[in-house]
Amino acid sequence: MTVILSFIIVLVLGMFFIPFLSCKKKAVVVFLVVLINALLTGYFAIQTFFGKTFQILLPGSSVTGPVNLQMDALSGWFILIINLVFLTGCAYGIFYMKAYQQKRNEISLHWISFLLTYASIISLCIIQNSFAFLLAWEIMAISAFLIVIFEHEKITTLKAGMNYLIQSHVSIVILMFGFIWIAQKTGSYDFSAISLYTSENHGFAGLFLFFCFFIGFAIKAGFVPFHTWLPYAHPAAPAHVSGIMSGVIIKIGIFGILRMISLIKTDYTTIGYFILIFSAISGIYGVMLAIVQHNLKKLLAYHSIENIGIIGMGIGLGCLGLGNHNPLLASLGFAGALLHTLNHALFKSLLFYTSGSVYQAAHTLNIEHLGGVIKKMPRTAFLFLIASIAICGLPPLNGFVSEFLIYNGLYQFLQQADLVSLMVIIFVLLALVMIGGLALLCFTKAFGLVFLGTERKKLPETMKEVSVMHLTPLYLIGFFIVLIGLFPQWAMEILKYPVSCLDGNASFSSDFFRGLSKTFLQPIGIMACGFILLAGLLFFTRNKLFMHRKTETGPTWGCGYVASGPKIQYTASSFVRTYSKLFAAILLFFRKEKKVKGIFPGEACYESQAYDKIENALIDIPVRAFKTFMGKFTFLQNGKLQFYILYGILFIFSVICIPLMYDKIVAFIEFLKQV
Amino acid sequence: MLSFVLMLIAALFFTGILIRTKSLASGRKGPGIFQPVKDVIRLFKKGAVYSETTSFIFQIAPTIYFSSVVMAMLVIPFGHSKGLISFDGDFIFFAYVLSLGKFFSIIAAMDTGSSFEGMGASREALYSMFAEPAFFILMGSLALLTGYTSFQEIFYALHLGSYISYALAILASFVLVMIAMIENSRMPVDDPKTHLELTMIHEVMILDNSGFDLGLILSAGYLKFAMYGTLIVNLFIGTVPYGYAIPAFFVIQCILAVIAGLTESFMARFRMNHNAQFIVALTSVSLLIFFGVLLISGKFV
Repeated sequence: MTVILSFIIVLVLGMFFIPFLSCKKKAVVVFLVVLINALLTGYFAIQTFFGKTFQILLPGSSVTGPVNLQMDALSGWFILIINLVFLTGCAYGIFYMKAYQQKRNEISLHWISFLLTYASIISLCIIQNSFAFLLAWEIMAISAFLIVIFEHEKITTLKAGMNYLIQSHVSIVILMFGFIWIAQKTGSYDFSAISLYTSENHGFAGLFLFFCFFIGFAIKAGFVPFHTWLPYAHPAAPAHVSGIMSGVIIKIGIFGILRMISLIKTDYTTIGYFILIFSAISGIYGVMLAIVQHNLKKLLAYHSIENIGIIGMGIGLGCLGLGNHNPLLASLGFAGALLHTLNHALFKSLLFYTSGSVYQAAHTLNIEHLGGVIKKMPRTAFLFLIASIAICGLPPLNGFVSEFLIYNGLYQFLQQADLVSLMVIIFVLLALVMIGGLALLCFTKAFGLVFLGTERKKLPETMKEVSVMHLTPLYLIGFFIVLIGLFPQWAMEILKYPVSCLDGNASFSSDFFRGLSKTFLQPIGIMACGFILLAGLLFFTRNKLFMHRKTETGPTWGCGYVASGPKIQYTASSFVRTYSKLFAAILLFFRKEKKVKGIFPGEACYESQAYDKIENALIDIPVRAFKTFMGKFTFLQNGKLQFYILYGILFIFSVICIPLMYDKIVAFIEFLKQV
Repeated sequence: MLSFVLMLIAALFFTGILIRTKSLASGRKGPGIFQPVKDVIRLFKKGAVYSETTSFIFQIAPTIYFSSVVMAMLVIPFGHSKGLISFDGDFIFFAYVLSLGKFFSIIAAMDTGSSFEGMGASREALYSMFAEPAFFILMGSLALLTGYTSFQEIFYALHLGSYISYALAILASFVLVMIAMIENSRMPVDDPKTHLELTMIHEVMILDNSGFDLGLILSAGYLKFAMYGTLIVNLFIGTVPYGYAIPAFFVIQCILAVIAGLTESFMARFRMNHNAQFIVALTSVSLLIFFGVLLISGKFV
């Protein structure tokens, strides 16, 4: 109890003092509050890995019933991720927000909502009562909206924020439907009622309930086709918020899905297929759209959808393992999903932070305009490179480890699958391989065009590397990325606790990964270390050799053409041109074109913009239809005062008359019934 | 260990034989079969010229490219002797570590700021993406057929029994040969001897490399060829004793080199915009293998 109280007191004190401090101190106070609370929650989260479940029963109110707070290893795993991302994000934010010093009031609101977001996300992980859960969910939705619209004077930011707010409320409605259904059937808001109800009611009810929750959480997580808010909200937010959104907030959707899997007892095989197919589509679609984006942050946002797809594949495999009573597959799938959740939180937040630094230095994130940033910001470029390699799932970094687990799950499952599941497996395998390849194309484009070559448009002269303190949180994330890549077996040691939560078999933790040894991932680590050693040694030898040799510099070989300038370089559009021609059926481009005409041609231009086909079909067309329909009623609001007075009179008239007429109406209806 | 040594030896002469075949086919005498190795040694002794546009990426990329190929070679077995390291899912590592090398060669090409190298980089990224599914599905079918998930166990357990399995082995070697051609940027996807930068893929990416770095890239290419050759050899020599297997290894490698040389002599490169379709067709061939395996294992009911 004191723990909860101290958590809240620290939080409230922090929020109380923020408005009275100077800009920099506000951020420092927020950092301290997050640090203290992270240490507090982190301590209990680590305790859960030693089997000590943290549990408090709050009396609650007459509406909610007793509120159970419980932290098991699954919550613990997510809380640790949340703490890590929020701490680094906050430390980065201290420097990022310096640029906005003159907006004092906005900064106060920003940091207060930042703290609220943190607190609500942490509480979402431990609350076991659906009523309280929805409350915390709502607080998170609104506070996240506030931190996204920090630059609210830009119309696009505000629009993106509204889009996010509306879609999170759709998600809340769907979740609420599921929770109320359970409460109606069982009379309790406690989460344990869900398992109770579904274990008693087999068949359709459990499945329907799961799909209901899945869609609710999928909107938050950004599964296709519920992803449309994501590519707007991420680029609109300040960099540290984008990192946190992508690293943590969408992962709460994943947490919700995992929690529901552990609670709802139903036909796991069906769920498994459902999630697998959904995720495969999300993964491919996300990366396909990412490739054609020209805004760096939007590109990264679409990549979040792709990575959610990969996480989903792990979850789907885990469910299939549960359904087929194959503990090896279940643990491989869930371990892959959980590890990728952490990995994605690490490299995606690093990518957003570094791109934020580039944005503040160059004042643009248009890939077509940037170039050669590596010479001005070498450290930022290096960190971006690390994160890009990791997100492509390449060894020796962490992204490979989690993808390797999922691949292994797929290949393990091949051996004993029947025909139908084989088809699904091959489809998912193809999707995963394609995702890997497309991600490579996408990040060679992103890194190559933003950081390499020479600038395509004039960049500001003042552009320089950010300070060492500014880079420290980023190095910390980079350190974890490398650490997990080089010593994956350590990550596995920790992972076995949250995985055993999902398996629904507590004794499982003693005999983790049945059929595979504990050192299952060790070869990966050895190979990764070996690779780094080999490359390092070779590079060292090369440099030693070159010390005594003549090395010169000269212009890039222009194939005989001497007057080459920066304009001749490959651009983002040309880099992916073959790709976008091949996949023209899936992509949607809006083109603006003014052709060269006549003997004395006037001004000509060509502009193409990638758009989301699913968004067009699912959001834009229905919204347009709805608007047309509602437009038919605009005659009511015609701006004439007389009409408005008439409406008032009509309203008063009906308010007075309907009760008077009530008996008559009832009698009339009775009469109709008799006839 | 054995496989590693054998691959190193094969890498010494593979490209030489290929070039020799080409020159004989075009009526020239041609250079000796060790000429490529001599070229590399000469390059290793040279200094280097770097472009002003490049950064440290350009300096480290050749080293990483070379190391990635060496790491990939480590997991390749030879018959029943393991590679230097063997573990469940090592073929996933194999494909991904090669991708890492590709990632660096692509960004190194972008680093020069040349339009031609950017073009090559874009094509390389796209084609290697299309080639990967074929490899993974092929390995998936073999894993399904044998019930194992590491190179050595799969190849060791691979028995050619029925007619279908012969057909599958031929298809599988076709897929592997084609993947080898794509990965090594040879005909019919890429023409290493073309004279026009616009039509190159791999060669145009390394236009600005020189000296030691170029030597590394070239030798990585030789190693890669030998490595894919060894994979193909492995399809056939599962349980054969070493006395026959080692000569068979060299014979098959030579045959592969000659075939590659002959293809390059008598065939034109595909049109650039047909390449993607061709590579995707490879995936369907490997799907065919997959269905064949389903047929053998009786999963079609």
